[in-house]
Amino acid sequence: MTDEMSTRKINSFQKQKNKQEMQRMVVSFALMIIFTLIAFALVMLEVPSTYVIPIILLLAFVQVGFQFFYFMHLKDKGHEVPSQIIYGGVFITVMVALTFTVITWW
Amino acid sequence: MSHDHSIDPKSMPKDPSKATTEGKHKFMGLWIFLGGETVLFACLFGTYLALRNSNAGGPTTQELYGLGLVFLMTVLLLTSSLTSVYAIYHMKNNDFKKMQLWMGITALLGIGFLACEIYEFAHYIHGYGFTFRSSAFGSSFYALVGFHGGHVAFGLSWIITLMVRNAKRGLDLYNAPKFNTFALYWHFIDVVWVFIFTVVYLMGMVS
Amino acid sequence: MGMTSAQKRGFGATLWDWLTTVDHKKIGILYLAGGGFFFLLGGLEAVIIRIQLMSPENNFISAGLYNEMITMHGTTMIFLAAMPILLGLMNFIMPLQIGARDVAFPFLNSLGFWLFLFGGVLLNLSWFTGAPDAGWTNYAPLSIQSPGHGIDFYIMGLQLSGAGTLMGGINFIVTIVLMRAPGMTYMRMPLFTWTTFVASILILFAFPALTVGLFLMMFDRMFGSAFFDAALGGNAVIWQHLFWIFGHPEVYILILPVFGVFSEVFPTFAKKRLFGYTAMVFATFLIAFLGFMVWAHHMFTVGLGPVANSIFAVATMAIAVPTGIKIFNWLFTLWGGSIKINTAMLWSLAFIPSFTIGGMTGVMLASAVADYQYHDSYFVIGHFHYVIVGGTVFGILAGLHYWWPKMFGKYLHEGLGQISFWTFFVGFHLTFFIQHFLGLMGMPRRYWVFLENQGLDTGNLISSIGAFFMSFGVIVFLINIIYTTIKGKKAPRDAWGSGRTLEWTISSPPVHYNFKQLPLVRGLDPLWIEKTEGNEKMTPAEPVDEIHMPNGSILPLIMTIGFTIASYGFIYQTGNKYWLIAVYSGIAIALICMLTRSLKDDHGHHISKEELERVGD
Ligand code: HEM
Ligand SMILES: [Cu+2]
Repeated sequence: MTDEMSTRKINSFQKQKNKQEMQRMVVSFALMIIFTLIAFALVMLEVPSTYVIPIILLLAFVQVGFQFFYFMHLKDKGHEVPSQIIYGGVFITVMVALTFTVITWW
Repeated sequence: MSHDHSIDPKSMPKDPSKATTEGKHKFMGLWIFLGGETVLFACLFGTYLALRNSNAGGPTTQELYGLGLVFLMTVLLLTSSLTSVYAIYHMKNNDFKKMQLWMGITALLGIGFLACEIYEFAHYIHGYGFTFRSSAFGSSFYALVGFHGGHVAFGLSWIITLMVRNAKRGLDLYNAPKFNTFALYWHFIDVVWVFIFTVVYLMGMVS
Repeated sequence: MGMTSAQKRGFGATLWDWLTTVDHKKIGILYLAGGGFFFLLGGLEAVIIRIQLMSPENNFISAGLYNEMITMHGTTMIFLAAMPILLGLMNFIMPLQIGARDVAFPFLNSLGFWLFLFGGVLLNLSWFTGAPDAGWTNYAPLSIQSPGHGIDFYIMGLQLSGAGTLMGGINFIVTIVLMRAPGMTYMRMPLFTWTTFVASILILFAFPALTVGLFLMMFDRMFGSAFFDAALGGNAVIWQHLFWIFGHPEVYILILPVFGVFSEVFPTFAKKRLFGYTAMVFATFLIAFLGFMVWAHHMFTVGLGPVANSIFAVATMAIAVPTGIKIFNWLFTLWGGSIKINTAMLWSLAFIPSFTIGGMTGVMLASAVADYQYHDSYFVIGHFHYVIVGGTVFGILAGLHYWWPKMFGKYLHEGLGQISFWTFFVGFHLTFFIQHFLGLMGMPRRYWVFLENQGLDTGNLISSIGAFFMSFGVIVFLINIIYTTIKGKKAPRDAWGSGRTLEWTISSPPVHYNFKQLPLVRGLDPLWIEKTEGNEKMTPAEPVDEIHMPNGSILPLIMTIGFTIASYGFIYQTGNKYWLIAVYSGIAIALICMLTRSLKDDHGHHISKEELERVGD
C-alpha cells in the first residue's frame, strides 16, 4: 500500500501552498549565502575591527533569524511555546557571552 | 481510535509529522531540548571567548585559521540545511522517494563538512602542534568546535539509521515525526555553525 | 502491564514490573524512595560533621575525612536528595493535576530516573576509595589538584544524574504544554503544576551550564586540557561562573516546587481559594527570570569589579520582592479561613517564618560590601540552611503528608507526624539560628576544627544538639512510614474532604491509567467548583472508550548500566589504559539500547472498553 501512497495525488490546494512556501525557503537560503559572503568579504578586505565585528555579529543574528523563522517555521502558528523557549535561550546566551568577555579576568 | 499509522490517502493530513499525539510530543520535545542546547553552546562559546587569547606562546588565532576552508564548510552546511527543507517539503507532499533522496543529499553534505573538519584539525595538530593540551586556547577551541562536530556526527548517524530503517516501508504517521525532528535538529546545528564561523573564525582573523 | 492491580503476583514479576515501569506514578515513587535513601545518607554525614564540631579541637574524624564529609553532604543533599524527591512529587502529582494519563515521554522518564539513581550510587561508591573533597561547589584549582579519584567520581556521578534531571525537565514542560485535560487552560492550572512548569524551565536552562562545567573539569583532570590551568593560560574563574550560572537557578529549582506545595496545602486546609492566584503565577515567573541574573552574588569576593558587583547586588535584592508577594499571598489565604491544623499544615505554617528569616539574611548577603565580611563564614551556612531546610525540606514534608493518602491510599499517622514535626522544627532552629552568630563572630565555613575560648564553644555545642533533635524527628517520620504501611487508615478519593484539584477526584491510589474518562475542567479548582454546585463527581469530557497506554521497557535500565560502566572506565583509565575497555563496552551497551529503541517500533497498548467498564474507576 505504501507504493500506491507515494504516487497518489493529494489535495492540490495544499500542494500549491507547500510549493509557495518552498519558494520562500529558497529565497531565504539565497539571502543567507549572500550574508555569509558579505561577512567573509568584510573580514578579508580588512575593514577596521571596530566596524567589522558589530557588522558580522549582526549578519550572523539575521542569518540565524532566517534559519529559525523560515527553515524551522518558528514564525508559524503553533510555535508559540518553542519561540518563547528559544528567546529564553538566546537571552541567556547573550548574558553568558557578555559575562565571559567582560568579567572573567579581574 | 485507529491502531495503525499508515496515511489514509483520502484524508492526507496537512503535516504528517504532527498528525499523531506522539508526533506532537516529539515536535515540542525537540524544540524544548534545543532551548537547552542553546545554553550548552552558550557556555562553550563563553569559555572560548574568555580563553581565545591564552595561547601560552603557541600560534595565535590569526596565524592559525584559514578562511578558505571555513567558507567551504559553511557552504556545505548551509546547503545541507536547505536540502533538508526540500526533504520535509516532499514529506508534506507524501512523496517518500524524493524525501529519501533529499535526506540522502543532506547526509552527504554533512559527511563532506565533517571530512573538512577532520582535515582542519589534523592540519592544526601536525602543521602547528596546536592541540587540545597545548594551551587553554587550544582546549577551548577544540571543545567548542569539537562539540559542534560531535553534534554533526550524531545527526548523521541519526538520519542514516532513519533512512535505512524506513527504506522499505515508506512514509507513515509513525516515522514522519522522526524525520521532522531530525530536520529541526539539523537546522539547529547550522545555527550554531553560523556563530562559530562568525565568532571563532571571522572574529579570530580580525582581532 | 495492562492487568489490574488486584491480581497477586510473584516477587520476580513485581520486581520486573518496577524495573521496566514507565508509569509516572511508579517512577514518582521510585524517585521518592531513591531520594529518601540519599537523604538519610546525607543526614548521617551531617550528624558526623556536627559531632566533629561539637567541641573545640575535636578529633572525631580526620581533617581529610572531614573534607570528604562536607563535600558529600552538600552534593548528596542537593543533587541526590532534595531534587529527586521533588521530581518524585512532580512526577506523581502533576499529571493528575492536569488530568493526564501519563507524561509526554514515559520512556525518557524512566531513563531519567535510572540515570539519577546510578549517578548517585556511582558518586557514593567513591567512599570506598576516597570521596571527593573540594566542597560541593568543587572550585578549581583545588579540585584540579585534589589527588586520587574522588573528584572524578563527583564529575561522572553528577554528569549522569544531571542528564537524568534534564530529561525530567524537558518531559514535564512538554507534558504541561500538550497534555492538559479539556478546559484546563493555563490560568486554571493548580499552582503546584505551575511551579513544576517553571522549575522545569529552570532545569532546562541551568543544567547545560553544569554539564559544560563538568565536561571541562573532566577534560582537565582526565585528558590533560588546560581550561583551569593557569600555567597554560587557563582561568579558574570560568569554573565559578559556569557552576553558579547553574547553581543559583538550581536553588530556585529547589524552592519553587515547594512554593507550589504550600499553595496547595493552605487553600485545602483553610477552605479558601488561594489569594492572588494571578499574582502568584506572575511572581513565580519573575523569580525564575531574576534567578538567572544573579549568579555572581556568589562571587562578590572574586574581584569582578565594583560595577559588576553592584549590578548583581541590585538584581539579587530585587528577588526579595516577588518572594515577598508570595509570602503575603499565603498569609492572606489563611486570613479568615476555617483553618484545620494537621501535620501537613504544621510544616507549611512553620515554613513561613523560617523561610522569611532565610530571605532576610539573603538580602543581607546581597549587599556586596557587607558580603566581604559574611562570605565563606557560618553566616552563609545559616542563610542557606534556613532557605533549603526551612523551605525545601519543610515543603517536601508538607507535600508528603498532604499527598501520602493519594499516593499510597493511607493516611500518615497524625500523632507521630506531630512528634516528628516538633522535634525537627525545634532542632532546626537550634542548629542553624546560632550559626549566623558564629559566622559573624568570625567562624569560617569548611574548617575541620575551631579553637577553644574564642567564644565559639557554646554556639557550636548548641548547634550540634539541634542536629540530634532533627535526627530524632527524621527517625520518628520513618517509623511513621512503616506504621502507616502496615496499619494506616485507608483514605477515600478526596482524602481531606476539602480537596480542590483534580488529583482528589480519582481513587487513592489511582489506577494506572489515572482517569477512566478525562474530566471536563470548568475553572480554577475544578473539584471545588463541582462541589459548590452540589455535584459529587467531575463531568467527563469524553465517553468511556479504549485507552492508549505506553509499554514498559527494560532498555532505560540497561542503557544506564552501560553509561555507568563507561563512567567507571573514564575514572580509572587515567591510571591504566585497560580501563578504556570499560569505556568502549559501556558506550556500546548504551548505543545498542538506543538503536534497539529506534529500530523496534513501539506503539504501546490499549486498555479495552470492556475492561474499563468491568473495573469501574
Ligand atoms: C531573597 C532571596 C535570596 C537572596 C537575596 C539570597 C542571597 C544569597 C547570597 C548573596 C549568597 C552568597 C553568600 C556568600 O557566599 O557570601 C547566597 C548563598 C546561598 N544561597 Fe541564597 N539567597 C536567597 C534565597 C535563597 C534560596 C531560596 C535558596 C535555596 C533554596 C538559597 C540557597 C543558597 C545557597 C545554597 C547558598 C550558598 C552556596 C554556597 O556557597 O555553598 N538562597 N544567597
Ligand atoms: Cu544564589
